[in-house]
Amino acid sequence: MSTQYKPAIHFQHVDYRIGDIEILNDITGSFPQGRITTLVGPSGAGKSTLLKLCNGLISPENGEIFVKDKAIGEYDPVELRRMVGMALQSAPMINGTVYENLNLPLELQGQQLSKEEALELLEDVGLKGDLLDRKVKELSGGQRQKVSIARTLVNKPEILLMDEITSSLDRASKLEVEELISKINRKYKTTIIWITHNLQQALEIGDYTWVMMDGQVVETGESSLLEDPQNGRVEEFVKGVVS
Amino acid sequence: MSYWALSLTLIFVLIPLLLSKTLNLGLGRDMTVATIRSIIQLLAVGYVLKFVFDSESLVYIFLMVALMIVAATHNAQKKGAAIQGITWKIAVTLIFVEVLTQGILIGFNITPATAQYIIPISGMVIGNSMVLSILFLNRFTAEVEDHQDQTELILSLGGTPKQAIHRQLINSIKASMIPTIESQKTVGLVQLPGMMSGQIIAGADPIQAVQFQLLIMFLLLTTAAVTSVFLGYLSYPTLFNKRMQLLKG
Repeated sequence: MSTQYKPAIHFQHVDYRIGDIEILNDITGSFPQGRITTLVGPSGAGKSTLLKLCNGLISPENGEIFVKDKAIGEYDPVELRRMVGMALQSAPMINGTVYENLNLPLELQGQQLSKEEALELLEDVGLKGDLLDRKVKELSGGQRQKVSIARTLVNKPEILLMDEITSSLDRASKLEVEELISKINRKYKTTIIWITHNLQQALEIGDYTWVMMDGQVVETGESSLLEDPQNGRVEEFVKGVVS
Repeated sequence: MSYWALSLTLIFVLIPLLLSKTLNLGLGRDMTVATIRSIIQLLAVGYVLKFVFDSESLVYIFLMVALMIVAATHNAQKKGAAIQGITWKIAVTLIFVEVLTQGILIGFNITPATAQYIIPISGMVIGNSMVLSILFLNRFTAEVEDHQDQTELILSLGGTPKQAIHRQLINSIKASMIPTIESQKTVGLVQLPGMMSGQIIAGADPIQAVQFQLLIMFLLLTTAAVTSVFLGYLSYPTLFNKRMQLLKG
């Protein structure tokens, strides 16, 4: 992808396989720093695997990944994961209150989140302060997802990975989360890498996009490529999703 | 008990055999094999124990205990096949528990260092430690599998493997200790323990039998706690690699 931006993360000929099954094949490309890049493609294309590679939850079979120009293997895993935050579609929570979940990243470092900081985070993600002592199992899907994003923000990540975080939300919650992500990107200059099945969302929110199929990147560029894809398979995919 | 009286106890084997035949339970063969095996194994152990007691040699005591540990490790390791190096982890746990408990018993002069005490007590400690290991491994394997998302959540937030597995580890330790604690709560009310009953039947003073039973119960509480905690802390690091990634299946 040719851009004027420095790469936040760069993949160089990355392969990943589980046993005999090839999940990613020869991935090369960059995610520009401070911008929103969406990852689109059919299920099973390897998008979620690619995010886990960025966060160091798994390592590539072959190839190199660079995070801010430094090989990912040279980072201490804990330092890397605090710098590259991740929010998942399932928004996994630990049993307990919203505050306990927000406090988790600092608790892992032997510190504690103040109540003021927790309230500020809730406000940032558009949630009311009275949710702080609410049990997470009492939250709606949208509220859970926002708490999950707020929890990821506690580490003040420079790069934020998001895996289909709006796919199970209603339209109103979806719009709120989209607005929130744009706000985080503008306010903190956070690099966002966002997996979505919603091409309209990719067009409206993303600056750049990667289209992935069968473990390969088949087209990359500005998000507008989704309106006029050059690759025949991408064109078919876009038509299939839109129709 | 005379041999005639002993042979009459086979009535207690005939009853379930008749029930199995009448109700077509299909357990006749298994029960016959179990009965024959128990007669041969226990008689053999009886003669071996008599020989060891008479010889008063520490070497034979050591060999008996070593045999118990090998047999218990072999039995328990099947339940932890998913954990790398589980055989030596169980063996180390059993040896540690045995050395700790016998060290306290003999070191504080609670029981004498003779075969008559060391072997039966070791049998109870190692046997219980084996059952605890199986209970712990069953639960821990299930917890890790069921809460993979929680483990990855904590890792993704910058937690260490120990932090990521902490809740599953604690849940498994607690769950495996529950049967020991619960059976202690009802002892004497619901059941009279086998060892105490045996002593009383053999003509021992009931108060002395109770004292020994208390000793064994407290010993088994330590066995339960130390086995699950020790095995837990030996096992969890093998679920992760050096890059702090959760290894799957």
